[in-house]
Amino acid sequence: MASHGIEVKDLFKIFGPNGEKYVEAVKNGMSKTELNEQHGHVLGLKDINISMPAGKIQVVMGLSGSGKSTLIRHINRLIEPTAGAVLYEGDDVCQMSKSELLEFRRHKTAMVFQKFALLPHRTVIENTVYGLEIQGVDKGEASKRARRWIDRVGLDGFENHYPNQLSGGMQQRVGLARALTNDADILLMDEAFSALDPLIRSDMQAVLLDIQAELQKTIVFITHDLDEALRLGDQIAILRDGEVIQQGSGQEIVLNPADGYITDFVKEVNRGRVISVGTIMADTPFDSSINIELLPDDKLEIAAKAMTEQEETRANVRDSTGKLVGSLRLKDTISAMVTPESP
Amino acid sequence: MWDWNEFPEISRTDLRDLKKGLDSAFKDFTRAWGDTIEGFFNPLLKFLVWFEKLLISTPWPVMMLIIAVLVWLGSRSWPLVVGALVSLWLVGYLGMWENTMYTLALISVATLVCIIIGIPFGIWMAKSNRVQAIVTPILDIMQTIPAFVYLIPIMLLLGIGKVPGLIAVCIYAIPPVVRLTNLGIRLVDKDVLEAADAFGASPHQKLWTVQMPLALPNIFAGINQTIMMALAMVVVAALIGVRGLGLEVLKAVNNQYITLGFMNGMAIVAIAIIFDRVSQKYGKRLQKHSEVIHG
Repeated sequence: MASHGIEVKDLFKIFGPNGEKYVEAVKNGMSKTELNEQHGHVLGLKDINISMPAGKIQVVMGLSGSGKSTLIRHINRLIEPTAGAVLYEGDDVCQMSKSELLEFRRHKTAMVFQKFALLPHRTVIENTVYGLEIQGVDKGEASKRARRWIDRVGLDGFENHYPNQLSGGMQQRVGLARALTNDADILLMDEAFSALDPLIRSDMQAVLLDIQAELQKTIVFITHDLDEALRLGDQIAILRDGEVIQQGSGQEIVLNPADGYITDFVKEVNRGRVISVGTIMADTPFDSSINIELLPDDKLEIAAKAMTEQEETRANVRDSTGKLVGSLRLKDTISAMVTPESP
Repeated sequence: MWDWNEFPEISRTDLRDLKKGLDSAFKDFTRAWGDTIEGFFNPLLKFLVWFEKLLISTPWPVMMLIIAVLVWLGSRSWPLVVGALVSLWLVGYLGMWENTMYTLALISVATLVCIIIGIPFGIWMAKSNRVQAIVTPILDIMQTIPAFVYLIPIMLLLGIGKVPGLIAVCIYAIPPVVRLTNLGIRLVDKDVLEAADAFGASPHQKLWTVQMPLALPNIFAGINQTIMMALAMVVVAALIGVRGLGLEVLKAVNNQYITLGFMNGMAIVAIAIIFDRVSQKYGKRLQKHSEVIHG
């Protein structure tokens, strides 16, 4: 199944009884505090425009209260927008009728939740078939498809356990299996791994990347953790106070933070894992006597490791077609990996 | 000038006319609609009579066996089965078997009626704040108004007999099952409901796959309370001609028979305890998913 991208266009969300009334005012620059203090309405999202690429992982990052969970709930319209559009396959999710929306949620989307939100009275297998059951898929077929995903997320043998017999990490595997069994193009993950221990979180990230390499779904992943965002995101949007303050690839954000807020964020980042060789290489290759060859997409960490292990200070860069495209020196590699001093 | 010692009452004649007017209006209503309403309740009467006959015509050992099996199925507890059998045997030995069967029939049918009417009402209340706002005070009235007050119109409308008794019992006993169905549904975890929404569950699917199963413990507590309150009403029901243990208690009161009173009273208690323990254990067993918790 070919994936489609999601276009979020001019999206506003103002919480309160008369949200529509204040859209114009907010467009004309009324601040969140002013809206709240003088009119008793809360600005949730302000003029969001994100083009989420098909078959890729779009990360939306922000701290609590930034509006990221509100944003993801607009994609399957668990929250009604105040103004704007969410386009998927040419249809505006915000304009769908009730029944169209149910069909859209059943067949096009699946969601994974921060607090797992499993049905406590149902076993692992009964939870996993839930989406298919709602769609009306025949029981035998549903449990066959569910079993496949239960195996895939590593819960083989736990089919008949109840959620509260499982650890957090295992519960979220059930959440993931439940979403994947739905076989929907869009996968919405709302802080899916935030409640897990660091080691288990990293495990789950690997599971997700592995599955994504196979399925190429359009994933929207919400997180407050920049490392997670950089590891998973093909594209990242950073939200603050309901506004997108920067979007781009992880590398772009780390190298060119839009403002002081993001600079603070990226300070602690391990740049060696984010910046790729192609970004800092020189255009002129060394002669062919150099025996270390890297790909432009290799991260600096790998480049540095390759060079130090072979006690070399230089490497050539060859692209996937086999053409020599550039070169790299160890000292430039190291200096790019070090976070620059703040001015 | 106001006289502060004298409440500004409605005049006596007005008050008398008001009472007379309302009474005669209700009597007219009864004359016009009494038969229709009686006809409406006729199937219920037939069912109750059939059920009473069934319980009484069943030989006592068979009845004891059936009750033992039901208690076992509900509670999976041998001590409870033995306790139920011993107390039933005592009740029978002391000459109260038939009356106990009458009371059992009344309570069973009343509970069934309360569940059939009460649970849908509870669901409706949970879905709409307005319905909740309207129904809650009505339930308060049903629970607190002295039963004798509504016995009068019921008697006028339907006379003396089993159905008016049953209705009186139900009016008093139905509020808990309605309230706790409403509460149970409203207490369902919002996160789980959101997940059901996200997977495209229709309101109907949400009700049956999420809300009702998760509200079940509360609904069961409601049913349990309903049974207890129905049992508390058997003496009042006896006032308008319902046979059974309640009538014996009433006789004991009228004639100051202490022992008769206590014997029948204790038989009611025995039924109450059996019903209560079985329904509680059954409700707990439905919750087996909440027992084992990951350490």
